[in-house]
Amino acid sequence: MNKVVKDAYEAIRGIESGMTVMFGGFGLCGIPENCLKALAESSITNLICISNNAGIDNFGLGVLLRKHQMNKMIASYVGENKEFERQFLTGELEVELIPQGTLAERIRAGGAGIPAFFVPAGYGTEVQGEKEVRIFNGKPHIMELGLTADFAIVKAKYGDTMGNLIYNKTANNFNQPIATAGRITIAEVEELVPYGELEPNHIHTPGVYVQRIFQGKEYEKRIEFATTRS
Amino acid sequence: MSLDKNGIAKRIAQELRDGYYVNLGIGIPTLVANFIPEGMEVILQSENGLLGIGPFPSPDEMDPDLINAGKQTVTAIPGAAFFDSASSFGMIRGGHIDLTVLGAFEVSEKGDIASWKVPGKLIKGMGGAMDLVAAAKNIIVAMQHTDKEGNSKLLKECTLPLTGVNCVKRIVTDLAVIDVVEGGFKLIERAPGVTVEEIKKATAGKLIVEGEVPEMQV
Repeated sequence: MNKVVKDAYEAIRGIESGMTVMFGGFGLCGIPENCLKALAESSITNLICISNNAGIDNFGLGVLLRKHQMNKMIASYVGENKEFERQFLTGELEVELIPQGTLAERIRAGGAGIPAFFVPAGYGTEVQGEKEVRIFNGKPHIMELGLTADFAIVKAKYGDTMGNLIYNKTANNFNQPIATAGRITIAEVEELVPYGELEPNHIHTPGVYVQRIFQGKEYEKRIEFATTRS
Repeated sequence: MSLDKNGIAKRIAQELRDGYYVNLGIGIPTLVANFIPEGMEVILQSENGLLGIGPFPSPDEMDPDLINAGKQTVTAIPGAAFFDSASSFGMIRGGHIDLTVLGAFEVSEKGDIASWKVPGKLIKGMGGAMDLVAAAKNIIVAMQHTDKEGNSKLLKECTLPLTGVNCVKRIVTDLAVIDVVEGGFKLIERAPGVTVEEIKKATAGKLIVEGEVPEMQV
């Protein structure tokens, strides 16, 4: 069972204009840099992108925005991106904002075959909208739906040829749930090893969820807010 | 004298208890970490997937794979744990976090909070704030008592889009410590040198004053 593809260009084959694509990462931490670059170089447009954030102006998902390859963004927080603001305000880009924990759980549920569930977050706010409300343990909850995508793209520190993945520190974030929710999941990794070399006890994402994997290259791993102690 | 931001953070630090797991929001709440009492063990959670936030790194320790929810580089304490975003909010939603401290634009008498969106201004998104206020066992708001124009931020009803309803338990401002109780805002403590009258004037919602109101010890 060899899931290894040559590079990002081969990995993104089959992604077509208008498809829904999920991207792992929190801010610029743990984003699939190689696939984002390959997508930005492609002529694919009208993507519906699901990601916690939208990158910054010249990096991450921000590059797809600048090239007008996205027509809808589903996220929890989209600050720190001027082009995003511009396209949002002019109506070029549709935006759906979802509470971060609800977004993560919708993705986890989607990957786990759970079509809907109830959470307290957003009750009594504009997030509630027309959603069904039910009281559990005396507390109102709103119904949220599981979320899946045509393609899910994640980035891990280590991966093996069977698609098993291990993330590094807070670069795990949305990658682990997102890896489960793609009809096709692509993993790019900093170090690709033959199967059998990763310790099975340490695997975050079992290979069953991953259809394509490749050794990434030239990671920039930019830091959004470098903060040091004085 | 009203408190500065560090004063507010210092007063909130008095709410911490040994063994607490705490989520601190961006802004004044982050400063609370600087005032954890000596010898007290408090574990800080960051909703992007870290339990056990350490101090900011030295320049050569900075790791792009290790950030907090404000996307700043941080360190992890010995005994820290990393996990994914769904698990992180499971921890929050499941009631495993003892205390959440966050900022706000407005708080209502009923404990409603507005903190994420000002119509007409840029909308950045709610991030994890709605999940946190809907689920944490105890929520303390850290904010200025009034806005830059002098308008009260403690209102009968919030005017801005809500982050959550009926959830704030305590508010610590530059002027006072206030609890949200049945019937309004109960004045618990005054900032040093600030009078009850001054607090009343700065509070648009109903302020409940019972007996002598002590000064904060900060």
